[in-house]
Amino acid sequence: MNRPPGEPAARVELCRERDLAAARLAVSKLLDAMGARALRKTRFVTAVSEIARNALDHGGGGTLEVWQLARPARIRVLCRDAGPGIADLELALTDGFSTARSMGKGLGGARRLVDEFRIESRPGGGTTVEMVSKL
Amino acid sequence: MTAAQMSEVQTILAEEFEAVLEAWFATQKREGVRRPDLFSDAESRRQLSELLRAFAAALQQADLSTAVDIEAEAWSDLRLALSEVTLVRTERGVAPWEMTAFVLALKQPVASLLQERLSDDTGRLLQEVSDFGRVVDAFAMHINEHFIAERDEIIDRQRAEMMELSTPVVQLWERVLTIPLIGTLDSMRAQEVMENLLNAIVEHQAEVVIVDITGVRVVDTQVAQHLLRTAAAVRLMGAEAIISGISPKIAQTMVELGVDVGEVTTRPTIRAALAEAFRRVGFSIARIEDTRV
Amino acid sequence: MSEAASIYSVDKVLLVAIRDNITDTDIINLQEELSERIVSQKARGVVIDIAALEIVDTFVGRILAQLSAISRLLAAETYIVGMRPAVAMTLVELDMDLAGSRTALSLSHALRALKAKGLA
Repeated sequence: MNRPPGEPAARVELCRERDLAAARLAVSKLLDAMGARALRKTRFVTAVSEIARNALDHGGGGTLEVWQLARPARIRVLCRDAGPGIADLELALTDGFSTARSMGKGLGGARRLVDEFRIESRPGGGTTVEMVSKL
Repeated sequence: MTAAQMSEVQTILAEEFEAVLEAWFATQKREGVRRPDLFSDAESRRQLSELLRAFAAALQQADLSTAVDIEAEAWSDLRLALSEVTLVRTERGVAPWEMTAFVLALKQPVASLLQERLSDDTGRLLQEVSDFGRVVDAFAMHINEHFIAERDEIIDRQRAEMMELSTPVVQLWERVLTIPLIGTLDSMRAQEVMENLLNAIVEHQAEVVIVDITGVRVVDTQVAQHLLRTAAAVRLMGAEAIISGISPKIAQTMVELGVDVGEVTTRPTIRAALAEAFRRVGFSIARIEDTRV
Repeated sequence: MSEAASIYSVDKVLLVAIRDNITDTDIINLQEELSERIVSQKARGVVIDIAALEIVDTFVGRILAQLSAISRLLAAETYIVGMRPAVAMTLVELDMDLAGSRTALSLSHALRALKAKGLA
């Protein structure tokens, strides 16, 4: 996944549980500043919460970066972890795929909440999730 | 292509700025994309001069050895100048193809000047003409994308406006709302319906909402899913949904499709739904005693 | 008192106001605290106000469903109130309909319902 030009508008290290709240807040603030609609914002921040929790719980922590995209105005989030990776992505994106703390609706749910969803993962090589949403 | 190799075009832009400007202007005139009906000569010259200046400045920093990346930092001023001019011109009714031709008209005059100056070095001449061409092409494409993005935004906005008009939520009684659905119910419209309905529930503190599908042409699995999701969201808000307008035919189709409405209340007509809604909010409809003689 | 929420007791009803941007641990603690309070105060009704929540993801959604289930087992009827429209739509999209939980528009709607059943 290519990094867009320039610096991210925000970067949150995901090491502890509190960082999930920080990640949600950072994205929420940026969406407010960009003038996103309430529904768009709720959907996107919820999706961010799911993938950030995934990185923390299964990836042993990671980094979340937020970008503001122009023409048309969109928000983009990149979440990477250096964890064990996901062996079967297809399965992980299926509702009901069970994990420690979610109901197995996290990843598949996040995908439904955003306009663009890309995931890259290989066993032992960590996981990167990219999500883009219009405002 | 490094800055040193590009120097001939840079030199031309530095030494013969006015000449390039005039030649560009003349080419546009010849190709009929100058639009004197919309812009005075002075106005057009000012636009071109701004663009050309930004262009010259960008060339000083740009790296042309790789594919021309208009999104790169070096081109940001030019991008800005370009979008300003594009905006001004399109607002007055210039068509996208005209705007593209407007930019492409810069190619020929610069190529002529290059030819004059590099007549003794064919290799370099070809290289410079080709590089310069790449840059101008990239800009023409950029303008096209810009147009498409803007058009998309307009379409989205109009669609949103239309949807708002097509999904009116009506208060029938204190704490009772209805939303009559007409036509087709695709995913986007279903979402709009849900959003309008839920906001109206908060606004009116409604406890019962009647989703009337009498006017919905086809109820297939997807439409049924949308309706059930709407009912689920209404329930999450703390209100109840009644789906009305289920004709015998729709009922049969739904069962054949294996749609399970679960706990959701359904009624064949909006009239039956209204009676049920009144019952739930604690009202009843009674015939007044006939006092007419 | 838990950091995630304030729990007030009014007659036989426990009112729980969940704060925004809670951590996962906070809300798990809330689950424990609430179950203990239901028993110790012999509560017959619980109203969980989530109006402050800007988002409810699958984790928080699952805990909300659990809170309802636990309260029901402890004989307290539980209402989740004040869900924002955008949150309701997002939860439905996540396929979480909280089917086992009762819902109401607001605190006063829930209290009215509890009173009608003689539980408040």
